[in-house]
Amino acid sequence: MPSRAVRSPMDPPRSFLWIRRIVLTLLGLFTAVPLYVMISSSLKPLVDVQAAFTWVPSHLTISPYIDMWSTVPLAHYFANSAIVALCSTAISVVIAILSAYAVSRYRFAGRRVFTSTVLSTQMFPGILFLLPLFLIFVNIGNSTGIQLSDTRLGLIVTYLTFTLPFSIWMLVGYFDSIPRELDEAAAVDGSGPIGTLLRIVIPAAMPGIVTVAVYSFMTAWGEVLFASVMTNDSTRTLAVGLRDYASQNDVYWNQIMAASLVVSVPVVGGFLLLQRYLVAGLTAGSVK
Amino acid sequence: MAAATQTGRPPAATAPRRRPNWARVRRAGLPYLLLLPAVCFELLVHVIPMLVGIWMSFKQLTVFFIRNWSAAPNAGLTNYRLALNFNNAVGTALLHSFGITLAFTVLVVALSWLIGSGAAILMQDSFRGRGLLRTYFLVPYALPAYTAAITWEFMFQRDNGAINQILVHELHLTSHPPFWLIGNNSFAALVITAVWRTWPFAFLVVTAGLQNISADLYEAAAIDGAGVWQRIRRITMPSLRPVNQVLVLVLFLWNFNDFSTPFVLFGNVAPAQANLLSLQIYDTSFQNWNFGSGSAMSVLLLLFLLLVTAVYLLITNRVRKTSDA
Repeated sequence: MPSRAVRSPMDPPRSFLWIRRIVLTLLGLFTAVPLYVMISSSLKPLVDVQAAFTWVPSHLTISPYIDMWSTVPLAHYFANSAIVALCSTAISVVIAILSAYAVSRYRFAGRRVFTSTVLSTQMFPGILFLLPLFLIFVNIGNSTGIQLSDTRLGLIVTYLTFTLPFSIWMLVGYFDSIPRELDEAAAVDGSGPIGTLLRIVIPAAMPGIVTVAVYSFMTAWGEVLFASVMTNDSTRTLAVGLRDYASQNDVYWNQIMAASLVVSVPVVGGFLLLQRYLVAGLTAGSVK
Repeated sequence: MAAATQTGRPPAATAPRRRPNWARVRRAGLPYLLLLPAVCFELLVHVIPMLVGIWMSFKQLTVFFIRNWSAAPNAGLTNYRLALNFNNAVGTALLHSFGITLAFTVLVVALSWLIGSGAAILMQDSFRGRGLLRTYFLVPYALPAYTAAITWEFMFQRDNGAINQILVHELHLTSHPPFWLIGNNSFAALVITAVWRTWPFAFLVVTAGLQNISADLYEAAAIDGAGVWQRIRRITMPSLRPVNQVLVLVLFLWNFNDFSTPFVLFGNVAPAQANLLSLQIYDTSFQNWNFGSGSAMSVLLLLFLLLVTAVYLLITNRVRKTSDA
């Protein structure tokens, strides 16, 4: 083994190592404080979170994790969030697979118009779509009786405004990275375009597809703007429902923190598991 | 048999001519068929709402007409005139909110980019625990926007929050615990919360960009005697330029349109010092039920963002071209 004492010209100098240590420690603390506050407060009795803040709970209790389900209909909000996020993700991933395959494998008139529309709508402010969609839903309900505003279906449709362009854009990047030789080999074997998509491209792009799905799910799960307008008491999602803990006589900060932690776990877990694929996808999109 | 081959021959003779035609039609039509669902949904959720939004901005869509939009009277340019008349309350509030949003966005983008790319560059060489630290840094970005903002809201509470505990009782910086969620400090609270959520994204993108820089470049520079700081300045920063170009634009657009952070932090009505445009438009539309005015403001916001994006891409592309040449 080469001795560690020998310094190669590639080794960073002491000053660099110290700066690295200091900066990363500070950043680590900056990241840690809110996470610690969230976790420790979720294990505190109510008197602790109503008095001056303490770093260590007076005693540990798991009752916030039990009480939070009855203070507000959290399970109901949970189900609403899950249905809306899952449906909008599923719809946008299926549509995105078809259109990304077309954009990635064919050259046709209107291709640029389509891709630039998709790219630009991704960057438009949500409020721009919210007002007209709300008005359209209300007036469709008025004239035809089909209720869209305040329903989960309506919310699913509005969530496509951001999950769909994102999914298409990311999947085009993934499909482009799959060698065309695979398609050609399948065509020689007598596979049609749809067969090639199903048997070659989709299996090869599976990590990408899963990543896009997880990412869509995350954004839908965390969406606040549309959810605050397009839902009522029975269709409310977590994003809006968590505010109910504060509208009671007491502010149940310990239960809010417990609920925040519980609703974060599915998306944070999924994200951290897939972060490697996600990085690849984001750069595939941004390099172009 | 003979009859079969005889009758089978004429079609066989024409088939080679007809079949490629059919195949060509099918091949040309296939991409459009694949695009059809996406185009339908794009029309449904983007194109039609946008056109309706523009139409709404020329209508007097107050609370009386929201359930019956066809009866809304024409407003001409009134909504735009109202939004851009800086002598009345609506126009002044909008201008003020625009200024706040611009200051907020510039600060958050600058800080997030600085912290994110700084951390990514410091972590470029591998050391023990690097992978774990990278994953840990991404947690704030992975958290749903509202849980992050709610936690900060709790920390910014005046009497039972962690921030005042640190400032007043542990660092003894002041003896009067300040308010964070109302008044002048609310802007700082907003910026801190947004930076906490945003910088890991910059970190993620720059980390990925660094992986595309060839190690040969660094080795060659090291052999030429370049120190670590020189390598960062001469190799890392120029190589990151295309990544940074996209990153800064995306960060700008995200934060300029940010709604979740102020909405969760402050509730429906934010303090004037932290009233971002999205929330201002939201209040105009859903607190005052004036959709025409809200739409006009959204259209103005969109025009501004398009202008910024176009100018930004024009300038950065020109800079890139001149530096490449």
